[in-house]
Amino acid sequence: MEAQLKTTCLHGSHISLGAKMSPFAGFDMPIQYSGIIDEHNAVRNSAGMFDVSHMGEIFVSGKDAFAFVNHIFTNDITGQKDGSVLYGMMLYPHGGTVDDILVYKEFKDNCYLLVVNASNIEKDFDWLVANSKGYDVHIENASEEWGQIAVQGQDSQSVLEKLLGLDCCGNLLFYEFCDTVYDNARLIVSRTGYTGEDGFELYSSPEVICKMWDILLKGGVKPCGLGCRDTLRFETGLPLYGDELSEDISPVMAGLSIFCKPEKPGGFIGSEAIVNQKTNGVARKLVGLELTDKAIPRAGYPVLNAEGVGIGVVTTGYRSISLDKSLCFALVDVAYASLDTRVQVQVRHKAFEAAVVKKRFYKTKYKKQ
Amino acid sequence: MSKIVEGLLYSESHEWVKVDGNVAIIGVSDFAQSEMGDITYVDMPSEGDEVTKGEDFGALESVKASSELYSPVSGTVVACNVDLEDAPELINQDPYVNWIIKVEMNDKGELGDLLNSAAYQKFIEK
Repeated sequence: MEAQLKTTCLHGSHISLGAKMSPFAGFDMPIQYSGIIDEHNAVRNSAGMFDVSHMGEIFVSGKDAFAFVNHIFTNDITGQKDGSVLYGMMLYPHGGTVDDILVYKEFKDNCYLLVVNASNIEKDFDWLVANSKGYDVHIENASEEWGQIAVQGQDSQSVLEKLLGLDCCGNLLFYEFCDTVYDNARLIVSRTGYTGEDGFELYSSPEVICKMWDILLKGGVKPCGLGCRDTLRFETGLPLYGDELSEDISPVMAGLSIFCKPEKPGGFIGSEAIVNQKTNGVARKLVGLELTDKAIPRAGYPVLNAEGVGIGVVTTGYRSISLDKSLCFALVDVAYASLDTRVQVQVRHKAFEAAVVKKRFYKTKYKKQ
Repeated sequence: MSKIVEGLLYSESHEWVKVDGNVAIIGVSDFAQSEMGDITYVDMPSEGDEVTKGEDFGALESVKASSELYSPVSGTVVACNVDLEDAPELINQDPYVNWIIKVEMNDKGELGDLLNSAAYQKFIEK
């Protein structure tokens, strides 16, 4: 028997909006409302909003919270300012990826919020608990008590100011957050996202999230599904856990070494493996590929060299909506990973010419100053 | 509610066939295009290619996924709808006007395995 799908606090709204629903990470989630292309363009050109209440929220506090988070997290939280966010990973000792996460430094000493992928909530929580021996910390999985909306696109700030009165938005730069109250519930407003555009993520109680969603909807903000969330993140070179990062794909392989700081005091779980991979190299690396033809590469399709020998595999691929090109991420043997290398992608019965290009296909528009 | 055109024959993989003498004109049903969403690319064979009943001869690509096209008959491709190369969305607009390929059939008897419009209607309602 199929496991019962979980639902977010906005499920009823998705149904009444006529969204095309599909299982994702154990949740019944909206893939699209008006259409993936329309929703994608709304985020690129103005603004759109996503129900991302399925994401996990794990709070870590206690005397040793700083030392513990720095132990399990690849980035370095030493000196992380209150109200700032850091991206990084949790790794297995062999360097494979447990999850890629955001670490929020709260406005209290030794208090952190870890935002994790929906598909990994239980695994991450168990991993944190299992690795907390000897640390005086309290680890709480609060995922079910929090809803989340992402409002993304260049108009996001004005929309949130005008429709929700969130005046703190204007004070935030990329990867900063404010911790406030809305209708007596705690509200975290963070200038983060997964689309390559300027935008915000709002975390609050399911009741507040539902109320805000309805206000934004009435105010004309376009609801966007997970379909375009994927096309948007893909175009701007952002990885998805399960595709570009996994137990078998380390951040070094994925080209995310910049988020790993093994030189920090004490390192982190997996730092020896990361140093080793950086020193001695890895067998495969994640690259961007651009096809010369209109054929569309899809996850799992083989990548071949000029002689037709298999040298890799596609992890995510689309006909890019913003660029009108056939593009993909692929894990390929390092001999084929440098820019401009000519390879082929097997699409059904034919092999198509492709070249290695930068993974950030589309320019990001974050508000960094 | 998906549109179904009377007088066409349908496969369980949602292709339709219009018989014109010994030539089968092949497209996809309205049900198929609406399930796919925005179609962004049509992968077609070339004129002169052989196709085999039940085997794939190309694919429709939406933003999200690719869906293979299965030939309802065996024979030789005598025409491809080149308009679809630059305007794949024509299939979303009218899947019955915008055919995909024409096949010179080897064995018209194969048509007997296809569904008429009433049987196809029942099939997609299941």
